[in-house]
Amino acid sequence: MLEKALTGSRRYGIWVSFLLAFFGMGVFFYLRQLEYGLGLTGMSRDVSWGLYIAQFTFLVGIAASAVVLVLPYYLHDYKAFGKITILGEFLAIAAVAMCGTFIFVNLGQPSRVLYVMLYASPTSVLFWDMFVLNIYLILNVITGWTVLTSVRKGMPPPAWVKPLIYLSIPWAISIHTLTAFIYAGMPGRSFWLTAIMAPRFLSAAFASGPALLILFCLVMKRFAGFDAGREAIQAMAKIATYALVTSIFFVLVELWTVFYSQVPEDMEHFRFLFAGLDGYDTIANWMSLSVVCAVAGLVLLLNPRTRKNETTLAVACVAVFVSLWIEKGLGLLVTGFVPSPLGKVVRYTPTGSEVAIAIGIWAMGLLIITVLYKIFISVRQEEAG
Amino acid sequence: MTPTRRQFLIIAGISTLGVVCPSVARLMASRSESAAAPGLKAKRWAMAVDAAKCRADCTDCFTACHNAHNVPDIGNAKEEVKWIWPERFDHVFHAESHARIPEAMRTRPVPILCNHCDNPPCVRVCPTGATFRRPDGIVMMDSHRCIGCKICLAACPYGARSINFRNPRPFIGKLNPDFPTRSKGVIEKCNFCEERLARGFLPACVLACEEKALVFGDVEDPKSEVRQLLDRKFTIRRRAELGTKPQVYYIL
Repeated sequence: MLEKALTGSRRYGIWVSFLLAFFGMGVFFYLRQLEYGLGLTGMSRDVSWGLYIAQFTFLVGIAASAVVLVLPYYLHDYKAFGKITILGEFLAIAAVAMCGTFIFVNLGQPSRVLYVMLYASPTSVLFWDMFVLNIYLILNVITGWTVLTSVRKGMPPPAWVKPLIYLSIPWAISIHTLTAFIYAGMPGRSFWLTAIMAPRFLSAAFASGPALLILFCLVMKRFAGFDAGREAIQAMAKIATYALVTSIFFVLVELWTVFYSQVPEDMEHFRFLFAGLDGYDTIANWMSLSVVCAVAGLVLLLNPRTRKNETTLAVACVAVFVSLWIEKGLGLLVTGFVPSPLGKVVRYTPTGSEVAIAIGIWAMGLLIITVLYKIFISVRQEEAG
Repeated sequence: MTPTRRQFLIIAGISTLGVVCPSVARLMASRSESAAAPGLKAKRWAMAVDAAKCRADCTDCFTACHNAHNVPDIGNAKEEVKWIWPERFDHVFHAESHARIPEAMRTRPVPILCNHCDNPPCVRVCPTGATFRRPDGIVMMDSHRCIGCKICLAACPYGARSINFRNPRPFIGKLNPDFPTRSKGVIEKCNFCEERLARGFLPACVLACEEKALVFGDVEDPKSEVRQLLDRKFTIRRRAELGTKPQVYYIL
């Protein structure tokens, strides 16, 4: 089926070349970083993770969110998702590929990456997270591809693939839970040391993932002649709405605990996140945008009229995506490090090279999605005759 | 010229010997070395820091340590590599500091270093075992196994770890040929001078301190200097409430 990705309209060719150009730019800057070292990034000994791990954290959520299509379709036989479940699985493939790449570019000694398997350390959450992410990637490649192959042949999927699909449901939860455990298990970082981290991650994932899928479906309807169906899109919008409400609720719960208990160390981090400390308010400004987007998205999604209108729905989805990309990305990450264990407010600004590499990886992810969705649409069109 | 079968076997045989012999010799050498080693041994290494004895602006312990271990002087705070360095009292002991402590005491420098925790979070999170705890309590770094993922920097509640953001070798002042240098991208930190202990010497910082503010020894040995000091004086540890069981004790 792969050959279907090689032919397409002129617009498809331009889009693919556009993505390849950005990917190439990322590769160029990565080769420089490989030569020089991580000094080309904005990371420091105090803020030792940055843009890369922020993208990783956010994208694990996008990967996990495939479950909001798989679960209703396969466990509840919700027919409206039948057409697009594969799209969710393909999105998961692209997201996990990006996660792996972001972890890789964050390494100081990338040539030793396989040491994680060679010297497997069962006490390390990072080890387990890499393990479950790789299995999740394999599960989605196998199930997505097999199901699409049977669509092409006009036959029901083979029986052996069902157990793998069922397995992928708890597995999706596990990848994001373990990603949260990376943060929530560190004794000295009070901002991350909270049991609600995993639930917060999951709720944010189930809002941002469907929001992104709705946007992809709307784009495909407009430009690629594939209609996911009104019912499917509206069902995803409702899932995103409930997940967003839950996510905001969890953040408020956290704020209450921190500011009512008034433990100074805990409050400092949240002050930094929403107001800034010692004149360093870049993260706080981004968080203001995140809050505005969350409220806008919430209003547009809660109101049935704006949710049912595809234009306002698209605006809502962009708002939700941007809001959570900030909150669960650099907001979550930098705030964990600031103030530092020695109470210092250390600034972090991603460098041009770091941003270029991150854009390159996003371009790679979008390229994987484009190719897989193109194959999907071609197969469906062929099958429809 | 194509070698005959006989020539080939001879060459192969000599090559094999060439590979095997040096490693056997090395193995025997290392055995005899460890048997005759005059090294210092302990059940549990620990350090006491009598920060009140520290002279203002004294840099003896940091300089001695950084020289002994080829620690690069990068010259900017962002990429700084440090094993032992001074911080203000109210930064080191946040929770213990308050407005009624005289300003001069609050801002007094306190030397800080890796605490060689009995329950080290850095070791727990390391995905490759590149950082590990020895039975005598020293938390070690294996620079050859470190992949530079930096999770240990996030896990350490003391900010004791540094990563080499670039090749550190051009930034080493005077190279100490007896200690390895590091490559870019790996993490490093204080090692309680395990290489000196193995040769029977106390840590470089301890010997460098003229005020005898740093006391090092086996905390499990009731006759050791550090233990006797701990028996006599009131000491506190950094962020002990986190359960990391730090083994650097402070007298203030």
